[in-house]
Amino acid sequence: MISNKYYNRAYVIGGIVIAVALIFIGRLFYLQVIDSSTKDKADGNALVRQPIYPSRGLIYDRNDSLLVFNQSVYDVMVVVREMKSGFDTLSFCEALQLTRDQFEARMNEVTNRNRNRGYSPYTPQLFMSMLTKEDVANLQEQLYSFAGVSVRKRTLRDYRYPAAAHIVGSVGEVNRKDLERDNYYIIGDYSGRDGIEKQYETYLRGQKGVEVLMRDSKGRIQGSYHNGELDYPAQSGTDLHLTIDIRLQLLAEQLLSGKMGSAVAIEPSTGEVLAMVSAPAWDPHTLVGRQRSKNYTALLNDSHKPLMNRAVQAQYSPGSTFKLIQSLVGLQTGAIKPTTMYGCNGKLSQPIRCTHSHGSPVSLESAIEQSCNPYYWQAYRDILEQHGYGPRNATFRRTYDSWRDMVVSFGFAGKFDSDIRDQATGSIPRAKTYSKIYGETGWRAITIRSLSIGQGEIQVTPLQLANEAACIANSGYYLTPHLVRPLPDMPKVVRHRTMVDSVHFGVVKRGMARVMTNGTGRHYSVPELNMCGKTGTVQNSHGKDHAIFIGFAPLDNPKIAVAVVVENAGFGATWACPIATLMMEQYLTDSISRPELFDHLSNTQLITP
Amino acid sequence: MYQGSTNTRNSIWQGIDWFTIALFLIISLIGWVNIYGACYTFEQSSIFSFSNPAGKQFVWIMSALVLGFVILLIDEKVYDVLGYIFYAIVIVVLLVTPFLAHDVKGSLSWISLGPISLQPAEFAKCFTAIAIAKYMSRYGYEVRSWRDLVVPAMLMAVPMLIIMVWQRETGTALVFAAFILVFYTQGMSGKILGYGFLAVAVVVLVLKLQIIPDEWLSKVFQPHQKARIEVVLGIREDPMGYGYNVAQSLIAIGSGRFLGKGYLQGTQTKLSFVPEQHTDFIFCTVGEEWGFVGTFIVIALYVTLIIRILMLAQRQRDTFSQIYAYSVACILLVHFTINIGMVLGLLPVIGIPLPFFSYGGSQFWGFTILLFILLRLDGSRVNKLY
Repeated sequence: MISNKYYNRAYVIGGIVIAVALIFIGRLFYLQVIDSSTKDKADGNALVRQPIYPSRGLIYDRNDSLLVFNQSVYDVMVVVREMKSGFDTLSFCEALQLTRDQFEARMNEVTNRNRNRGYSPYTPQLFMSMLTKEDVANLQEQLYSFAGVSVRKRTLRDYRYPAAAHIVGSVGEVNRKDLERDNYYIIGDYSGRDGIEKQYETYLRGQKGVEVLMRDSKGRIQGSYHNGELDYPAQSGTDLHLTIDIRLQLLAEQLLSGKMGSAVAIEPSTGEVLAMVSAPAWDPHTLVGRQRSKNYTALLNDSHKPLMNRAVQAQYSPGSTFKLIQSLVGLQTGAIKPTTMYGCNGKLSQPIRCTHSHGSPVSLESAIEQSCNPYYWQAYRDILEQHGYGPRNATFRRTYDSWRDMVVSFGFAGKFDSDIRDQATGSIPRAKTYSKIYGETGWRAITIRSLSIGQGEIQVTPLQLANEAACIANSGYYLTPHLVRPLPDMPKVVRHRTMVDSVHFGVVKRGMARVMTNGTGRHYSVPELNMCGKTGTVQNSHGKDHAIFIGFAPLDNPKIAVAVVVENAGFGATWACPIATLMMEQYLTDSISRPELFDHLSNTQLITP
Repeated sequence: MYQGSTNTRNSIWQGIDWFTIALFLIISLIGWVNIYGACYTFEQSSIFSFSNPAGKQFVWIMSALVLGFVILLIDEKVYDVLGYIFYAIVIVVLLVTPFLAHDVKGSLSWISLGPISLQPAEFAKCFTAIAIAKYMSRYGYEVRSWRDLVVPAMLMAVPMLIIMVWQRETGTALVFAAFILVFYTQGMSGKILGYGFLAVAVVVLVLKLQIIPDEWLSKVFQPHQKARIEVVLGIREDPMGYGYNVAQSLIAIGSGRFLGKGYLQGTQTKLSFVPEQHTDFIFCTVGEEWGFVGTFIVIALYVTLIIRILMLAQRQRDTFSQIYAYSVACILLVHFTINIGMVLGLLPVIGIPLPFFSYGGSQFWGFTILLFILLRLDGSRVNKLY
């Protein structure tokens, strides 16, 4: 044995073991032999822990108009083990207006472990769900006579308007993944499945309460345990204020009904999204209650893909609306000046022909007004070639990438770090990508000439287009677009500068104003509102051209920036522009002066329902 | 002829402490039977059925026996020689775990390997014990002042902190405090032990009385950590209802009375759905179905096991084995104290298992490795010449 002067310390540890054991045995002796109160409690009484569900936070629009609220529904729960002895099935069926067969069928479903995974005869199981107050009134009166049956009150969502479904999202039952990830949930709980409901779930859901009740051997509730010592009250969810203006949202949804497309409006000074529409949409009422899964499946299988939020997930080439970006980058790099003139040969122009007839040569302002393709091809060539091509095309490729960086600074080719869910990134190829296709030396400005007019490999989302309009309205910066007014514990909205200095924006804005007075947008403008805009008509491989419009108003101190896309509709000037001008007018004046235009547009069906 | 040089190795089976093995088997068997009881519903018939956790526990026990047998065959010198390497590997695994882990109720300590989930933290105790034993058994090492304990304390603290902060598994991390008792057996001043207890008491008291302003605590702790501490100290009730669990547990144990309700006859532990029934709260099933007699026997078995291991520790001939043996005893003591103390409502709810008893493969394997390495070290002590 090794000599160890601390040999005796093992006895100290042993002493601790004995002491702990004696304390435990003393405690057990008290609980199991002396104290008989626990026996009384257990002798037939068992504790039931009933969750108290808080009411979910309400959702308002920017003008405090209530959009989303709660309605009460009732679930009937059964504890199968307690129902067996002398259960009066007949009066139970009567109270719920069920036939005997329906009752048996439902019971079989409840007790079948394959269909009801969480089944246990000892715990409350969902027998019928989402009944109205009237449905359960009879049952509740005689509840005392049905052992093992309880009624649970729940709240479901309800909506003031049949609108904003993509924004708000819906609430549904939690799945197994949610249960694993967050121990707040128990089987049968509801949580936000998409949209704002999902994004702000932890705010909206509040905090469940618990009520500990005692019940007797027949399963009847006897009252609260220990005078409610273990109970916690539920805490209601936090109310949210959307940045959406519901009147503008409703107008835009009506204008886009029967079409495929989207509209986004942003307040440039704050980044607040005023309206975000994706068409076709659905009535949010249809995804509530017992019809939810059936209706959801129908939406999922709809060939027009209504569940897709086109405003942030659809990606298009920006077409002529991209010419505004080309102008700004051209001015910033010094490749063009406001006075620079380029020639235009109309339909005979090479390599890109002009689709409008106007004088030649044209300056920047007129080029925006007339959407002159040859001007932009030449300007783009001068942007990319201003430092030459260099050895092995290296200078050119560098110039291309710095052009790309400037474009990206407007919020393109990336997602906004925001509460807007499921954003697509869009894309603007890097020089690397073209080098992969053509070889490092195999591509020049002429190779990618479609980019000059916003065609080709550029992909943007309608949200990014609206943000582009906001950048121009702000003369060089944007605030992250968002849907909910931040609560005190949320991060502040971030301001992003574009890489184009504010001095260059004046001429572009003047050009956009001229679009609405003399150019492609002149037919649908409201002159006293000083609107600025740019139309776009985007060729695509899936049928007719997409109509695009971006704009803002008024010219000085803009209050609203919009982007509208109508898929496979034709000219931007004919379809997207009037929708956008009606939206701007509605937001700025709270009325529309052209009801016949509104009726015409909202009644036009471009898709077969 | 010089007799000593023959040094023929005794068969390993002769040196094995069969008494400990018997205790281990009895405790595991009682645990298994009670897991079945805790999860028993009348539709299920077989204790081997996988639909009851007892069926899975049977597989864990059987595989652990094979594991234990293998450990007995491995040369015991491996642990002393490779101690630090084992320790380093365990630390790396602990660090990597949260990246591979799936989030189980806020904790990032579980890794899935096909159909089974393992918790590496359960294995870390054993290899930390080996590393500490290796360091403290160095030639000439002696605890003269607190400086001599810096390295062993670090060896203890590193896995503890990783498990607590990085894997967010506070209960398992707290078990590493058992090594403070081990330091005591090696000469750490009893005063330090006393001060340690005192310091814990003061910290608990200060937090409990909420003397420190809330804003200060919020700066040091994340909200969820702060909430957890408050739950453990009983300042805030956990909304998921640990208070409810303990109340249920006390009623269940109390209703067992002197002789218990009989095996599989406990209604209290079944009539309401308590998720930890077969894991951390298994002891209340014993209380309900086997009564005071049952709980007394189970406690007596643990006391016997731990004291037996302390005796093994005393009879070791080399310091490495001795320190390791003390480590095993102290780890089991801490688990035993915290788990049953929690079930009896004497200690705050800290989710750690009852060794060899609660349902769970990781803990069963972890404790089996811990114990069988000791049995191997002890079994070969007769071959060591001094």
